[in-house]
Amino acid sequence: MQFGIFTVSDITTDPTTGRTPTEAERLQAVLTIAQKAEEVGLDVFALGEHHNPPFFSSSPTTTLAWIAAKTQKLQLSTSTTLITTNDPVKIAEDYAMLQHLAGGRVDLMMGRGNTGPVYPWFGQDIRNGIELAVENYALLRRLWSEDVVDWQGKFRSPLQGFTSTPRPLDGVAPFVWHGSIRSPQIAEQAAYYGDGFFSNHIFWPAEHTQKMVEFYRRRYEHYGHGTADQAIVGLGGQVFMRKNSQDAVNEFRPYFDNAPVYGHGPSLEDFSRETPLTVGSPQQVIERTLGFRDYVGDYQRQLFLIDHAGLPLKTVLEQLDILGEEVVPVLRKEFAALKPAHVPAAPTHASRVAAAGGAKDATVHAGGDSVTGQAPGRTAEEAIR
Amino acid sequence: MSTRTLAVVSAGLSNPSSTRLLADRLTAAAQAALTGRGITATVEVVELRKHARDLADNLLTGFPNESLRGAVDTVVGADGLIAVTPVFSASYSGLFKTFFDVLDKDSLTGKPVLLGATAGTARHSLVLEHAMRPLFSYLRATVAPTAVFAASEDWAGGDSGTPALTGRVRRAAEELADLVAGRPPAAPADPFADPTTSFEDLLKGL
Repeated sequence: MQFGIFTVSDITTDPTTGRTPTEAERLQAVLTIAQKAEEVGLDVFALGEHHNPPFFSSSPTTTLAWIAAKTQKLQLSTSTTLITTNDPVKIAEDYAMLQHLAGGRVDLMMGRGNTGPVYPWFGQDIRNGIELAVENYALLRRLWSEDVVDWQGKFRSPLQGFTSTPRPLDGVAPFVWHGSIRSPQIAEQAAYYGDGFFSNHIFWPAEHTQKMVEFYRRRYEHYGHGTADQAIVGLGGQVFMRKNSQDAVNEFRPYFDNAPVYGHGPSLEDFSRETPLTVGSPQQVIERTLGFRDYVGDYQRQLFLIDHAGLPLKTVLEQLDILGEEVVPVLRKEFAALKPAHVPAAPTHASRVAAAGGAKDATVHAGGDSVTGQAPGRTAEEAIR
Repeated sequence: MSTRTLAVVSAGLSNPSSTRLLADRLTAAAQAALTGRGITATVEVVELRKHARDLADNLLTGFPNESLRGAVDTVVGADGLIAVTPVFSASYSGLFKTFFDVLDKDSLTGKPVLLGATAGTARHSLVLEHAMRPLFSYLRATVAPTAVFAASEDWAGGDSGTPALTGRVRRAAEELADLVAGRPPAAPADPFADPTTSFEDLLKGL
């Protein structure tokens, strides 16, 4: 099982000091957090994509490429990549590029985005959200799997003889997760393609996550990708830990009370009961997290949100230390002991290359030029043939 | 004898409240009218006052907490709805509106609804028609033609120019009973049922 963190890249005032970080500070903080995630032994770092303040992460592949260059083992992902308002051609190019730069340590999580104005800013209409997700993703898959694509659809200009470059590393496209809080259609899409399904698991009650995951698993089996318990499931989660649970509650409460989205609403206690939020000792986080398995089954990826709501960098790094030293090693061992052998691990580049029968170069060389008739990368002999 | 369920939403704030009083009158009359059609109606009352904080939380978190979830399920799953609000500042109360704001916009489609409102004076009575009825039209509910307004004086018999409250309540209840009896028992849609449109069709339809 993979463990990691995901960030939404919010720039939020620290309610205990009244200070708001600059974009530059927050951006640097996230880079530090990502490197720290690898250092403490986490597996995954996922970065959100937003196109409006108070978020900085408009260009996740730039950031992830920087992190890739500074890390060795960390799997890089997104939370989420906007499949609705991004041009699927650009997603195909950007993430294949990142995949090469990161030596295959890349997967993506598709999401629709829920900020109304982002759609018109990118020439789309939020009412077409599901249709855009379906059409754009179908095209994205073709761009990665077919060397030359002729395509026509409803939302994007048609393509004739288009080759998305670079071709996926070793001829194998990045693994894709589909993230959704509340739309069964997205779980259906994930099941149809045999892709992963990631449940936000932060904002809504566990019963809702349970229903979504059950639906996805049932449909995954329906589409013939394996048994329901072999479907690839990821969960979000939100934790704050201190040695003594009351210290955790006291320290986190002002951040909770003023947090974007749910701040000024339910109490920390209410929200902890209604959703998977866990504020307490490392042992409490371990127990609650192990309990997720009771309602979603054996799953492949657990990502925690730990750096939002204005929490200072120093605190976030302390949280990473606790995760890495006390929580994740126990979770790793316990989940592994419970997982039956026929349930697969989270797909990685290596496992996908192996499943495809080994690495193959997928370079598409250009046709011969008009002067010599020769294409780069081809010998004269091949050109004549 | 067949059975149906009636949900009653009352947005009265005081206790006792004239809004709840009107809701109870409408409920008893609707039950009697359904009995006359061979139908036993069970009643579940949702007092919005108890859910005031839950509703504010729902606005921020996007989901109903456990307590509110019960109220939402009651209303969405009922065969008929009786919705009564006090008039605040020339419209339904904010609490009343908030409850219908947090429901899924399709969850009341086709549901028979009887509307009621209360105020200190009959001069507010058109709130039923210019505020409440458009709200339920938007939600595509089937609203009974008669909506019932009770001003303070109605509890004493009303003015001589309009039929007494009892008469209006009875007429409205008969209309609701016709609507409820005329449609099969409610079966709320399950968003997690297998899709009726296959994903292949969705792809082809693009």
